[in-house]
Amino acid sequence: MTAIAISLIDVTKTYLDRTVVDRFSFAVKEGECFGLLGPNGAGKSTIARMVVGMTPPDAGKITVLGAPVPAQARLARASIGVVPQFDDLDQAFTVRENLLVFGRYFNMSTRQIEAVIPSLLEFARLESKADARVAGLSGGMKRRLMLARALINDPQLLILDEPTTGLDPHARHLIWERLRSLLARGKTILLTTHFMEEAERLCDRLCVLEEGQKIAEGRPQGLIDEQIGCQVIEINGGNPHELRALIKTCAQRIEVSGETLFCYSSAPEQVRIQLRERTDLRLLQRPPNLEDVFLRLTGREMKD
Amino acid sequence: MWENYAAVLPANGWNWTAVWRRNYLAWKKAALVSILGNLADPMIYLFGLGTGLGLMVGRVEGMSYIAFLATGMVAASAMTASTFETIYAAFARMRDQRSWEAILYTKMTLGDIVLGEVVWAATKALLAGTAIAMVAAILGYAVWSSILYVVPVIALTGIAFASLAMIVAALAPSYDYFIFYQTLILTPMLFLSGAVYPVTQLPGNVQQMATFLPLAHSIDLIRPAMFGRPAADVMFHLAILFIFGVLPFFVSTALLRRRLMS
Repeated sequence: MTAIAISLIDVTKTYLDRTVVDRFSFAVKEGECFGLLGPNGAGKSTIARMVVGMTPPDAGKITVLGAPVPAQARLARASIGVVPQFDDLDQAFTVRENLLVFGRYFNMSTRQIEAVIPSLLEFARLESKADARVAGLSGGMKRRLMLARALINDPQLLILDEPTTGLDPHARHLIWERLRSLLARGKTILLTTHFMEEAERLCDRLCVLEEGQKIAEGRPQGLIDEQIGCQVIEINGGNPHELRALIKTCAQRIEVSGETLFCYSSAPEQVRIQLRERTDLRLLQRPPNLEDVFLRLTGREMKD
Repeated sequence: MWENYAAVLPANGWNWTAVWRRNYLAWKKAALVSILGNLADPMIYLFGLGTGLGLMVGRVEGMSYIAFLATGMVAASAMTASTFETIYAAFARMRDQRSWEAILYTKMTLGDIVLGEVVWAATKALLAGTAIAMVAAILGYAVWSSILYVVPVIALTGIAFASLAMIVAALAPSYDYFIFYQTLILTPMLFLSGAVYPVTQLPGNVQQMATFLPLAHSIDLIRPAMFGRPAADVMFHLAILFIFGVLPFFVSTALLRRRLMS
């Protein structure tokens, strides 16, 4: 039996009269990458904050690495690394100094910290930037430094809040590659994201959230097969309602979101035949993904 | 409730040093500018008022006016240095730079951070106050050996005012609110505490207000020491300063917990 790294049981959090997290439960096993997937404002960051003891829940039970949280959050945090959503690097300092100062917050001696800095710089691909001011780094470098900083105490568990939001595709891929190398080293990761692709690429299991509630849980591919299980044709242009009537006989399900019509069909060639006269349309056929799962469950797209 | 409050208090006696060392490392990079900046303001007051007003005022409590003013400036500069460090620099680290949030994800508690910031602000107060005391001694306005007695009082004054300012920083939504604290609390305190003229010049009931002002107790300790005279009620003054250091520390930590960790 694999040990449980994080467990939330019926956790509720209310701000004023708004319930941000509603009787939420999940368990993260050691060594897995678990995703909290949902649109902005779904309660992902609040859950991440509760897991590290930054925000006390109003009800429910949280256990992290065997310690009850928030009561003994400090004990748990000794073995946790956190990458917050917003850049909170120390702008007054260089890359190396940021790591040095942060190590001291874990009661590490200067000698201990200096011993691990080279490997952290190598991990973050920042060897050449060791003595550069943080203010001059690119967005991707800053995020990699935040990741290196979160590893200074050699944590078992990493909590990443939207780790690639705001990064360009190249920087994003580099972060994903680094995170996979951490998983290969046996680290446990809790990740919040609103990127379907990120969740599909990294997560062993995930929860889909909307308005503080869990609407689905499982392996990414399992959820896709279970909820969709057929090909998707995205149709742009034309009147979606008129098109719906035209193709509904050869589709399992049709969803309209904004200007796009999503046609779920096991016989996509039939749909194409129905629409072959319509040169004004743009058709894109693709395998289903988590975006479709979210659309199916909530009736809307997740894109922010 | 109390259990959660206990969890944010300082975790141990040494965690705060990590926060203090972070500030020291940052300060070291611009130490000269910082020291000159901290010294310039009180020095200008000292020589501007001291020499100019001194001609008209003559002797105060048996000393030249500039020597009298110098003793007040030692305490006042400690007050200003630690207040400004807290409401501007520490507030920026707490709110704008999100540094405190990053630290809260480590083994530090909120109390460790507040304590580290308070001791750091007191360190800057110590630098500012001691520098003026030394200038006064060099110019013959103070007894050299008095500096030994004055230094711990400056440090305690710094702690008290940093702790008080931490409450203001915990409550202020933005920098605009700090001006109220400066103009409505600190500036009147400067005049009511005997920093620039003896409290005995004030009406009796106003004089009694000085009993509640930490700066007055600081001056009551520093002034006689610098003049080489025995100070009265030493333990009483120290106790008041101590209370001003300790109580606001716990209050501000509770307020900051509500602000940052709800």
